[in-house]
Amino acid sequence: MITLEQKKLDEILDMTKRCKRLLVMGCETCAAMSFAGGQRQVAELASAIRIAKKTSGDEGEVLEETIARQCEPEFVDLSGDKVSECDAVLSLACGAGVQLLAERFPDKIVLPGCNTTFLGVTEELGVWSERCAGCGNCILDKTAGLCPIARCAKQLLNGPCGGSMNGKCEISKDVDCVWQLIIDRLKRLNRLEMLEEIFPVKDWSPAGHGGPRKMVREDVKS
Amino acid sequence: MKSGSNLEGILESGQFAVTAEAGPPKGTSAKVIQRKGELLKLCCDALNVTDNQTAIVRMSSISGCVLLKEQGVEPVLQMVVRDRNRLALQSDLLGAAALGIRNVLCLSGDHQRFGNHATAKGVYDIDSIQFLQMVKTMRDEHQFLNGEEISGDVPFFIGAAANPFADPFEFRVTRLAKKANAGADFIQTQGIFDMPKFIEWMKMIKDRGLDERTHILAGLIPIKSVGMARYMRNNVSGLSVPKEIVDRMADAKEPKEEGVNICLETIEQLKEVDGVHGIHIMAVAWEDIVPRIVEEAGLMPRPVV
Repeated sequence: MITLEQKKLDEILDMTKRCKRLLVMGCETCAAMSFAGGQRQVAELASAIRIAKKTSGDEGEVLEETIARQCEPEFVDLSGDKVSECDAVLSLACGAGVQLLAERFPDKIVLPGCNTTFLGVTEELGVWSERCAGCGNCILDKTAGLCPIARCAKQLLNGPCGGSMNGKCEISKDVDCVWQLIIDRLKRLNRLEMLEEIFPVKDWSPAGHGGPRKMVREDVKS
Repeated sequence: MKSGSNLEGILESGQFAVTAEAGPPKGTSAKVIQRKGELLKLCCDALNVTDNQTAIVRMSSISGCVLLKEQGVEPVLQMVVRDRNRLALQSDLLGAAALGIRNVLCLSGDHQRFGNHATAKGVYDIDSIQFLQMVKTMRDEHQFLNGEEISGDVPFFIGAAANPFADPFEFRVTRLAKKANAGADFIQTQGIFDMPKFIEWMKMIKDRGLDERTHILAGLIPIKSVGMARYMRNNVSGLSVPKEIVDRMADAKEPKEEGVNICLETIEQLKEVDGVHGIHIMAVAWEDIVPRIVEEAGLMPRPVV
């Protein structure tokens, strides 16, 4: 999933203070899974904004809407009527959702209510951690299913640097050294010899260093 | 000879090498480097010039190397992959070769988070092992990383770092093997305080015959005070400072003298460790002590090759 975290209320109030009719728009997929922008968080945030507006004597109305996915035009377009009633939309989706709203509603102000944090997993209720950097060329077959690009602070590809200590990364004792985890796992699988080979220089262009990325599938294109 | 450097000559002729560190200033004064060069000239075979050490911006390593060369001191150009991508690394190597620099130490570099520009983007386009391989290909095949031909020679004696005290311990030997395979002619290790662990590591290195494929220079960090010993024990990732060392420094009437004693004892032990071909002294902010250590360790005068 894409993980998100709702912005601080002060920041949201500041960016929405001039909106007369604001639509708070949730997303029922990753944003809901992150407890940052699902239907429930939309209701909570909308009331907080209403209270703040009332307290500061600002005029304005706050509406609510939640759609299944803000990253799909079909779903976004379904909210067209609601959006047309407002002068601004506060999206509680990831950065992709915010941008698709802006694209589909060119005449509306679209604001981000969340910070998109990373591609990760739920470790336990309320705890998420990063797993994938979206580098565009998966190497997990060579690293025991654990990604050094997303999880090594230096993105090293040939084993742990000199800062790995007691299974932890040199940047913080709270961060696991993913190379320690990789080695432990390969040892368990009896495949440690895989690491003897020098991992060649990586092509970072599919990782975004080659410019904005786009994917076209001719076979499924309409 | 791969590079014709003094360091290569000493190591290839089987003599015990001595190198030390000469960190460049956080400013523009040539004198800082020149003073260190003057001080260490006679007691070292080559001086490492650090590259934005601990991710703190300093005068460039190449400039430091040139300043040392002007004084007749042989430099080791340290280069980290944190701050430069493959283009910058290769271009700096061409420049370094043109300026007559003959030793290069290829490193990952401390993470930028530790430095004085903590929000910088770390480059890490290639890693230290890929970097070694790249320099070797430049030298031996006259080829850039993309396969294009380089005009002129790229005569470097290629070095790498190794940390016998980092985890996971067993993989440290594999990593050194990878560095040797990638092209490391010499290795400078992390500072050694935990001799039993170092000896165990060297044994594993010898078992794989790696000491015959690359020259291992054992790292030393002279300790100035008990505070420094404690700090290294508790706060520096990848260093192993046993409690006895801290206790010795704490109990000492003259801590600096005790620091020198510890260093000299370590050198004596290292001379007996099979496969160790020299020492590398990292006396950060205490360069003045290096001539005395080398002298009292019986390593003077330095050989001429």
